[in-house]
Amino acid sequence: MPSSVQEFYQTLVARAEEAFAAREEGKKIVIQVGSATCEHAAGSREVLDEFRKHIISSGRKDIVLRQTGCTGRCSREPIVGVFIPGRMPVKYERVDRELVHDIFVQHVQGGAPITEHVLDAEQNKVSEYEFLFCDSSRCGWQGGLRIKDVFTEKLRAAGVDMERVKVSLASCFGACGKELAGTCSHVLVRPLKILYRVKSEADLDEIVQKQVLKGKIVEQLRVGDEPVSQEFFDVYGDVAFFNRQSRVALRNNGVVDPESFDEFIHYKGFKALATVLERGDPQWVIDEVTKARLRGRGGGGFPTGAKWTSATKNEEKIRYIICNADEGDPGAFMDRSMLESDPFNAIEGMIIGGFAVGAQRGFIYIRAEYPLAIRRIQHAMELCHKYGILGENIMNSGFAFDIEIRLGAGAFVCGEETALIRSIEGERGQPRIRPPYPSQSGLWGKPTVINNAETFANIAAIINYGGEWFNRLGTEKSGGTKVFALAGKVRHTGLVEVPLGTTLREIVYDIGGGVPKDKKLKAIQTGGPAGGCIPAKWADLAVDFDTLTQAGSIMGSGGMIVLDEDDCMVDIAKFYLSFSQDESCGKCTPCREGTTRILEILEKITGGDGTVEDLDRLERLAKLVNRSSLCGLGRAAPNPVLSTLKHFRAEYLAHVVDKRCPSKRCKALLHYEIDAEKCIGCTVCARNCPAECIAGARKTAHVIDAAKCVKCGRCFEVCRFDAVIRT
Amino acid sequence: MAEKNIKITIDGATVKVPPGTTIMEAAEQLGIRIPRLCYHPGLSLEGACRVCIVEVKGMPFFMASCSVKVWDGMEVQTNSPEIRQARRDIVELLLDNHPKECQTCERDGNCELQNLAYTMGVRERYFEGKRKDLPEDDTSAAVVRTPEKCILCGRCFRVCSEIQGVNNLSQHHRGFNTVVGPANLINMDDSVCIQCGQCINVCPTAAFLEKRHTDDVWKALADPKKHVVVQTAPSIRAAIGEGFDMPPGTPATGKMITALRRLGFDAVFDTNFGADMTIVEEAHELVQRLKNNGPLPLLTSCSPGWINFMEKFFPELIPNASTCKSPMGMLSTLAKTYYAQKKGLDPKDIYMVGVMPCVAKKYEARRPEHMMADGRPYTDAVLTTREMIWMIKCYGIDFINLSNGEFDLPLGFSTGAADLFGTTGGVMEAALRTASEWITGESVDKLEFTEVRAVEGLRESTVQIGDYTLNVAVANGLINAKTILERVISGEKQYHLIEIMACPGGCIGGGGQPYPPKGMKVLDPALLRLRAKALYTIDENKQLRRSHENLMITQLYEDFLGEIGGQKAHDLLHTHYHARLPRGIL
Repeated sequence: MPSSVQEFYQTLVARAEEAFAAREEGKKIVIQVGSATCEHAAGSREVLDEFRKHIISSGRKDIVLRQTGCTGRCSREPIVGVFIPGRMPVKYERVDRELVHDIFVQHVQGGAPITEHVLDAEQNKVSEYEFLFCDSSRCGWQGGLRIKDVFTEKLRAAGVDMERVKVSLASCFGACGKELAGTCSHVLVRPLKILYRVKSEADLDEIVQKQVLKGKIVEQLRVGDEPVSQEFFDVYGDVAFFNRQSRVALRNNGVVDPESFDEFIHYKGFKALATVLERGDPQWVIDEVTKARLRGRGGGGFPTGAKWTSATKNEEKIRYIICNADEGDPGAFMDRSMLESDPFNAIEGMIIGGFAVGAQRGFIYIRAEYPLAIRRIQHAMELCHKYGILGENIMNSGFAFDIEIRLGAGAFVCGEETALIRSIEGERGQPRIRPPYPSQSGLWGKPTVINNAETFANIAAIINYGGEWFNRLGTEKSGGTKVFALAGKVRHTGLVEVPLGTTLREIVYDIGGGVPKDKKLKAIQTGGPAGGCIPAKWADLAVDFDTLTQAGSIMGSGGMIVLDEDDCMVDIAKFYLSFSQDESCGKCTPCREGTTRILEILEKITGGDGTVEDLDRLERLAKLVNRSSLCGLGRAAPNPVLSTLKHFRAEYLAHVVDKRCPSKRCKALLHYEIDAEKCIGCTVCARNCPAECIAGARKTAHVIDAAKCVKCGRCFEVCRFDAVIRT
Repeated sequence: MAEKNIKITIDGATVKVPPGTTIMEAAEQLGIRIPRLCYHPGLSLEGACRVCIVEVKGMPFFMASCSVKVWDGMEVQTNSPEIRQARRDIVELLLDNHPKECQTCERDGNCELQNLAYTMGVRERYFEGKRKDLPEDDTSAAVVRTPEKCILCGRCFRVCSEIQGVNNLSQHHRGFNTVVGPANLINMDDSVCIQCGQCINVCPTAAFLEKRHTDDVWKALADPKKHVVVQTAPSIRAAIGEGFDMPPGTPATGKMITALRRLGFDAVFDTNFGADMTIVEEAHELVQRLKNNGPLPLLTSCSPGWINFMEKFFPELIPNASTCKSPMGMLSTLAKTYYAQKKGLDPKDIYMVGVMPCVAKKYEARRPEHMMADGRPYTDAVLTTREMIWMIKCYGIDFINLSNGEFDLPLGFSTGAADLFGTTGGVMEAALRTASEWITGESVDKLEFTEVRAVEGLRESTVQIGDYTLNVAVANGLINAKTILERVISGEKQYHLIEIMACPGGCIGGGGQPYPPKGMKVLDPALLRLRAKALYTIDENKQLRRSHENLMITQLYEDFLGEIGGQKAHDLLHTHYHARLPRGIL
């Protein structure tokens, strides 16, 4: 029966929608609390309990409390959303018990949002309407900024109260077909969930006149399709951190309840799988993925379509597919967020992948340090089994596939595919020589496809919206988006998903809000410990696998650390090298011995004992490790050194020649002195000095005994007269 | 359908090689020997040392020539200045984390790392820093582990698992702290180590060595009250010459005997006598078991590495093992009983030294079952071939120009069958020579049972002796033994006699044999063939080639032991085994 898969899927949908409708969320007030490891750490479970108590004691039946995963906006968690029907959704940041009470009383019951606690309150006002104009220039559309200003002007001219209406720029909605690319813009109207297609100024006039002034929908401009991540924009579209992102892999994060099968179905879950199984043509899936130009999101950037094709060329019919969720980069947490917040999506991607390459078994290799992610994936798998999405005869298609979870013990190297395979096999997690590649001979010698969790998270979207669409989102060589973990010296930190080709500047300034305290941006470190530092002068670099490699860094799994003038580049290189040195598996000589020697030289330099010759030795070793190591980790380990040596050589020279650290980070190179002119002899420094090396009588200038000084900097911190000079 | 040869260019020269050839192999066809360290043709590819890196046009990284297979049109540079510097630096990195004690190291002059450093031109140290500081493990009676000298090439744990199937050695910790040792880094003595010593053989440095007995032997030789006797195992004569730059496969029995006399040994005996004894007792055991319905198959017991393996991995097969002591064990026992009695010596004054190709023999000599009633060992010291060579050199003996000596009697007389003990299939062949006559009760012309010479590691055959159709098997290298023993346990086939030698090729490939001469590798089949050939030649040139024809043995039974397989023979020449912990995981 050719239509049986669709029938199966429609039955699932009908059942899920019924359950979903029964909750009557459209008519009720919804309070949404984030639930993920990061949210829990910030106290979201207490917040959830507190809301529950409030709802019960209020006796109201029209308030629904629900949980979602995390949005990736970790620094502001716990994040709580309050959705009152017909009103703009309001999100609160850093909610605690006391704030719960205020939110419940003032906002939920009283209808008045507490504006000072709104997420990113410094930028976001609570408004009635919001118009989000797409500003993706990758389709060829150049007018986003202009059209937004024209529209704002028109609103003013029409006498609209600008407190009521907000006009923002967003990233691509994915609503253009191929034929439309570059010829129009799309406007998303929140909270109405209406998408307009705008081609001329006359269209804008129409929206102002009808929609804004009369509150009527402009039907002729309305686009039937929902934009990708419509639900995400519904909830978070007003937040500058989010609305410049294109959420594809993270589309359901912070939207769906990660533990609800019905919700996932409601948000188009398993639609792609149904499409794939209905067609029953693995080659079609591979073609779509190839068309999408999806490249490995774990950092290697190998074209996924080619990898899948290679596995299918093998005559061996027992094949495996592995989801690499052994996220090891310090500061990277996109895989965890995805698996905790949208576990079904990863599973759907894996089943589709398994079908495409002809695998019968899949493994999710996830680090044991992610207990919540493991629990949610486990839970999701159980539900999938229950509803016929995993196991024998998936969705009535005859396709049999199952997934097992394997836990990683936390070695960084196990993110390397051959080491990961060894680990699953129960061997010591160490890379082995390639070729043969895993797609030829992998797990237990069988053809094995390994993709990163983020790669799988994109698959369903590619099937649903088409490979062409996904490809258009990115650059010429790589389609789609990439999730970055933005951190460091930037105002807004968290997960950022942007189309490939977005510039570093857009990410740091437009989404990240720039460097705090208006300090100077010095560099952006990408790619985790194996990445490099890209100097601020290259901030307009369009981020892609190849451009980053050319710049001496790597995409890696998407770590992005913003560095400002206070960061010492030698110290940064040392930090990353100490990580790589510690995580080296020890198999090959250059990585095992070389990283140790590199680290020793860096320690010598930051310790004040470096010489100019050390810089040559450093470079020689770094190049050796880079060119001779066995696996990708060893090869990339010296990147932090090579890139900083290239772009910040002057800082190295300052350390070894002038014996000073320009950023005043390297303790051994700092000198503290007291300016006799400025010192009033208050004795505060002397009393605070742990080494008791500051002498001086009351009301006379104090003196630091440099020989005894431990350079702790306490005197510098406590002096209120700027008399302590640090050089 | 033969695939077309691939054309590649190496250092400007073109060569055509079959698909699947590695860069290293292709280069060798052009006479280019790419330096290497962790690579070993008999083991799996590790690709860890990175010494054999080459530049391949179009590749951003250097490639390990041992593992990368050629592709059509590949252009390789093996000797660009960058490559030479990279190789030099890699070797320096290894040296920087290695003790600076070459002159006092037992491998001085024979160390692959040292030679490589010289060849690569490491004349200066640029990157020195901290070094690993790990304690020596000398708990084992046979194998000493010195992790400080380990360069993590991985040959030891590969030989331990891939050739021996013991899996005792593996890597622990990671990165700079990586260390090779038994599980959980327990002491070697408490591990499943079966003391075969193959890790010593393959180690490029001195991270694994045999437990040194030379000091004790020097002391005994210098003690006028001691009657110091020595016995040399069958395979020593085929390999000792290599230590003095004689071509591999040169028998050096006579020179060896003279050298031992010069060292001051009071009597030079031949373990071959013990081998003949073993055959007499073991063939008797076989005949008895055939007549009395088992237990069969009878498993040979000459190889102490194999005995250790059996006790730890296959304790259920202990009843099958021959109870005969090893030839060394038999000879030592006879020296301190029969010989002592004949010479009127107090056994306490006899100091017995075994020169063995084997390090497990050092352990065997210490086993309680091999002790005299007063708790003293029958064998006081066991020297490996390597230790013997060193002692001869140390003594300033010009080995090559020595005249030929003869073994002392009676314990130095042997038949050709005994010589075969040194190579795989030898015990089987010797046993069949005797058993065939005993079973049929008449003389049998057939002497050479070439079908049991298991050059490939494992061989099964069927031998017809009289009314008996005997299924026999010969295995060397314990991974092969494992295969056959699993068949025994599953009952898949009924075997009657199985010869097992722990080391690849038998004793000629033993863990105590000389490090291979230049241009050859340990486990090199060519080298093993040459050593084996020496033994076959000796056998062919002997007049008596069946153990039971050994006249001295006949006399020994008449004068001292009584009946073959009798009570006295049993008390003195047989032993027993017991399951030992930790039990190995198969």
